[in-house]
Amino acid sequence: MQNETIIDVQHLAKSFGSFEAVKDVSFTVQRGDVFGFLGPNGAGKSTTIRCMMSLITPDKGSIELFGKSLQTHRKDILRNIGSIIEKPDFYKYLSAEKNLEIFARVSGAEVSKIEIQEMLEFVGLANRGRHKVGGFSHGMKQRLGIAQTLLHKPELIILDEPTTGLDPQGIIEVRNLILRLKNEQNKTILLSSHQLSEIELIANRMVIINQGKSIVEGSVQDLLQAEEIVVKVVVDDSEKAMRCIAQLETAKNAEAFSSTEIEVLMKKNEIAAFNKFLVQHDVAVFSLEPKRKLEDYFIKIIQA
Amino acid sequence: MLLKNTYNELIKILAKPRSYLGFGALTLLVLIIIFAMKLDGKSIISFVTATFENSISFNGHVLNGNLIAFIILQMLIVHVPLLVALVTGDLISGEAAMGTIRMLATKPISRNQVVMSKFFAGAIYTFLIVVWLGFLALFVSRFIFGTGDLIVLNSDGLVILKDADILWRFGLGFCVAFLSLLTVSSLSICLSAFTENSIGPIVATMAVIILFTIIGSLDVTVFDTIKPYLFTTHMAAWRSFFENPVPLKDILQSIIILVLHNVVFVVVARIKFSKKDILS
Repeated sequence: MQNETIIDVQHLAKSFGSFEAVKDVSFTVQRGDVFGFLGPNGAGKSTTIRCMMSLITPDKGSIELFGKSLQTHRKDILRNIGSIIEKPDFYKYLSAEKNLEIFARVSGAEVSKIEIQEMLEFVGLANRGRHKVGGFSHGMKQRLGIAQTLLHKPELIILDEPTTGLDPQGIIEVRNLILRLKNEQNKTILLSSHQLSEIELIANRMVIINQGKSIVEGSVQDLLQAEEIVVKVVVDDSEKAMRCIAQLETAKNAEAFSSTEIEVLMKKNEIAAFNKFLVQHDVAVFSLEPKRKLEDYFIKIIQA
Repeated sequence: MLLKNTYNELIKILAKPRSYLGFGALTLLVLIIIFAMKLDGKSIISFVTATFENSISFNGHVLNGNLIAFIILQMLIVHVPLLVALVTGDLISGEAAMGTIRMLATKPISRNQVVMSKFFAGAIYTFLIVVWLGFLALFVSRFIFGTGDLIVLNSDGLVILKDADILWRFGLGFCVAFLSLLTVSSLSICLSAFTENSIGPIVATMAVIILFTIIGSLDVTVFDTIKPYLFTTHMAAWRSFFENPVPLKDILQSIIILVLHNVVFVVVARIKFSKKDILS
């Protein structure tokens, strides 16, 4: 069922008074994608997602999910989506179990108490089910939020900035949960984040938006592969290495920073051959560290 | 989905400590009134009946449970709207302030159903408050003070109602009192749809009631045309059941006006909430 379009957003626009939050955003998400939705703060990511979840009404453009218009099939569409918009908020005076029961009851699916317990186990909150959410940490609320998105077994999961405000441990936990959803349950996931390294680690496709407009869309690998990156090389003798590199056409702008460190500009898929070339010319290579990654690509796109 | 979400709304209402404030406050106030009447009720009754002692002779058990229930209702029906608004005024705006309205609005339930389920849950809460007030006022008073004929003092003079002729009047009186309080509940839910501040609609509801009550009591010609249409004018319609004969036409008119207010408040809330961009 790959290559089935799950999300199709075309020329979306939304203003709040004179402020144009979204000017022209278009992208498509295929079934099974982990789709990165990238953009700096204020780019219009949350507004776009809120339009997709029918929290706000767009001024222009079309939104189709599962091949149906959101305007005419809102209920059918939302039945198949689990989402966390910005941050998961729960009824603080109720327990985690009761909160899940409440949201499950309006999710359009029959969810048993056993399933709720299993879901709490899945997100690592099995022993906190009866505790009031008011006492939960941000990380625990985030995990409970993921439990809430999965409870009614949706096909599409939309996570808006799911790691915002989390400590490093929390970020790793949420990232691992997303990877489990991708690998174990083959969910289609739209992940909005400004944690670019996260998108690079998890997503297979992405769109970058800036100032309310979509700039570029495609496979993360293709977009990054086509880019030249800076590689930091640690060798035994940088002078000898520099003489070798001078013979290469693929490595550009080589610069030695110390007697053992060099930085070279090259395409990602040429790194292996470059390493082999140095070794064949009796240069001991201790490490090759690509420095130019998604963050640089992102900044380049935004500045352009 | 409407029933399921109404059930959800009731769970939320019952889990909030503030929902029990109303029951607690009513219990305390009724017990204070009963205690005061037990202690000094006879002198209060003598003071009231003194005016008529030249023309009427009062015999028997005047200070009885029926009279205490009537006095309690008369005193508390003014304060109960605050207790109702305290819970219902928070039903939409409280969720907006908490952020849970965002979670709820992304579920496959229509915005209209969200408003209607809150209205029904608010109505059930209001009903429970009225039932509790009725239980305390009528049954506890009758248990402590016993029964007897009810003497009611109104603008036309004294009305004496036979003991056997009382319970149905209280029953129907409580029904109209429920409708009055339901109007307060609908007004607060309506105001709640306009804001994301949880206290605002509660204060605004009380402000509207106070304003309308003042307009209703001012003897100014310019307000005479609007007075019959203010819901506050009809909030004391329950008292009409303690007149002899019962002015059914006036009561029906009050019921119609209160029902119309409820319809308008709910429709406005539905329209506002359905078109609202949820940005919280």
